[in-house]
Amino acid sequence: MSFAAENLTCLRADQLIFEGVSFSLSPGDALWVRGRNGAGKSSFLRICAKLLKPLSGMLKWEGEDIRSDSSNFHGNYHYLGHQDALKPVLTVSENLSFWAGFHGTPDVARALAEFELDLLRDTPAGMLSQGQKKRANLARLAASDARLWILDEPVSALDQHFIDLFKARLIRHLQNGGMALFATHQDLMLAKVRTLNLDDIAS
Amino acid sequence: MAIDLHKYANPKRFLAITGAIYPWSVGVTVILLAVGLYMSLFVAPPDYQQGDTVRIMYVHVPAAWMGLSIYTMMAISSAIGLIWKHPVADLTAKAAAPIGACFTFLALVTGSLWGQPMWGTYWVWDARLTSMLILLFLYLGYMALWESFDDQGKAAKATSILALVGVINIPIIKFSVDWWNTLHQPASVATMSGPKIHSSILIPLLVMGLAYMSFFVMVLIIRVKAEILQRRLRILRMSELKEH
Amino acid sequence: MKRFFGLIRRDLVLAVRQGSAVTLSLCFFVIVVVLFPLGVGPELSVLARIGPGVLWVAALLSCLLTLDRMFQADFEDGSLDLLIIGPLPLEILVLGKVIAHWLTSILPLIVITPVLALSLNMPTEGIWTMSLALLIGTPTLSLIGAIGAALTVAMRRGGVLLSLLVLPLYIPVLIFGAAAVEAAIGQLPATPHLLLLAGISLGSLVVGMFAAAAALRLALD
Repeated sequence: MSFAAENLTCLRADQLIFEGVSFSLSPGDALWVRGRNGAGKSSFLRICAKLLKPLSGMLKWEGEDIRSDSSNFHGNYHYLGHQDALKPVLTVSENLSFWAGFHGTPDVARALAEFELDLLRDTPAGMLSQGQKKRANLARLAASDARLWILDEPVSALDQHFIDLFKARLIRHLQNGGMALFATHQDLMLAKVRTLNLDDIAS
Repeated sequence: MAIDLHKYANPKRFLAITGAIYPWSVGVTVILLAVGLYMSLFVAPPDYQQGDTVRIMYVHVPAAWMGLSIYTMMAISSAIGLIWKHPVADLTAKAAAPIGACFTFLALVTGSLWGQPMWGTYWVWDARLTSMLILLFLYLGYMALWESFDDQGKAAKATSILALVGVINIPIIKFSVDWWNTLHQPASVATMSGPKIHSSILIPLLVMGLAYMSFFVMVLIIRVKAEILQRRLRILRMSELKEH
Repeated sequence: MKRFFGLIRRDLVLAVRQGSAVTLSLCFFVIVVVLFPLGVGPELSVLARIGPGVLWVAALLSCLLTLDRMFQADFEDGSLDLLIIGPLPLEILVLGKVIAHWLTSILPLIVITPVLALSLNMPTEGIWTMSLALLIGTPTLSLIGAIGAALTVAMRRGGVLLSLLVLPLYIPVLIFGAAAVEAAIGQLPATPHLLLLAGISLGSLVVGMFAAAAALRLALD
């Protein structure tokens, strides 16, 4: 199992954001995407999540181009973005159950417990604070059995306790042979992490 | 920036080719328009019922032809733009829309002017006029969609989708409006098909049609050129902004 | 398949919990229809004459009212990203959203139409055909509307543009739909009109799914 990018180039609104970005991940690898504001961290992660098309370059899952039919990239990755994707009128557990069912992973209860959301499970998502919404999203991620996590600012709005909790979960994901791409402002102090600084390659 | 050179390599060739065509299109437009107007205003016979008002037809009918064929052309270039990602194809569709809308509008105005002596009123819900009116709305929607995107690349794709959906719908709309018209109007009301086509009428009509077409080519070249230059200007400005 | 129905069920639950959107479009529909007798006068013969057209036009306008939110809510809160990276093809996803829109925004209008038709002095045979024509023809409104909704999804004030894009494309449905009812009232066969409506609905099923999916891909890019 591997995930790799070759020569990714990103053009947004006639403007070149970055050019010639390559990396490769094997099981247990994590890549920390860094860069100042506007360096294209979010665009980079969205390209990796197949939500944006790069101007040129290729992404490969197990050596197969992810745009080709033979690649089984779909279902093997999960994305966490800036927006919370929670419907305010549904309860936390209804929100998560929908996404778990949609992505084919029914076990929500364990993920809720992992991020200490048990007491909030029947609360409408509209009543949650920013940090609680973030935790609900992390629980959505933890409930999935995706091998690759693509995380855009996973710890913003979290206090130190939950940052540690997330870090522990991320390390367990990596130890189980998972992979992760993440963009954070603060250093998560992971023991084994590779860094991709978009400032160095931005044109 | 190697990418930009690649992206705008095509327009360069396009500019060279159209630069050669342009003077010809001006000449042909002037000559055909003069000949066509002379033939339709002085040579063609007046209608035995409508008299000289029938001459409006020579302005109206080719304008209606153009309105319809320009939309079709836009849909074709949209398809080319979507499938082969040819940047000039998108710009051509964009540049053609206002011209097509003007022809459609001209057809509507002349149609209603022609209708006044024929029906005694400036507007009749005649099948053809109604279809032209709907076509004008399609043009307006297309242009409004172009305007509402900041990102030109996105605008090009969105309007291409709209143009293709529109062109699939045009025959259905036309058919439904004809159907509606036969349901609601007695057959005795004269339609805009005019008198039986005789060569003395057909020839000026065709000359006017060709004149319009050559006029369209001329204006289209000017507009596409302006679009390309505008795009370059924007890129220059952006790279300047980046340096500061 | 389970995911497809899960999506529709979620949208239905959302519509029931939020409630307001459904009620609003229903109220709008009723008010538009009520405005016509006030505008043209209460003569029963006039009302019977314009009834089918009024009901169809009111249905088109009420449909527009809810159309702009078809994808926008999911786009704004990031749900659309997660729906797209899921295993369902985007075309099928669009179909699910269209079905949910039709069930929540249009079906209530069809249910209340017979009452409004009675108030417009429409004869019984006309009311039956009216309901049938709406059932056959309105899926087109959701399907074509999905294209417009997808094209304008990223715009903050896309509603007005949406109506300019979509209303001209609704004209065939309006014409055949109203003609079917008028034929039934005039003791003529309404079947040809209904068949044409069905044909348009089938055609727009294909066009709507693919065009709306293409437009959504574009909006996310």
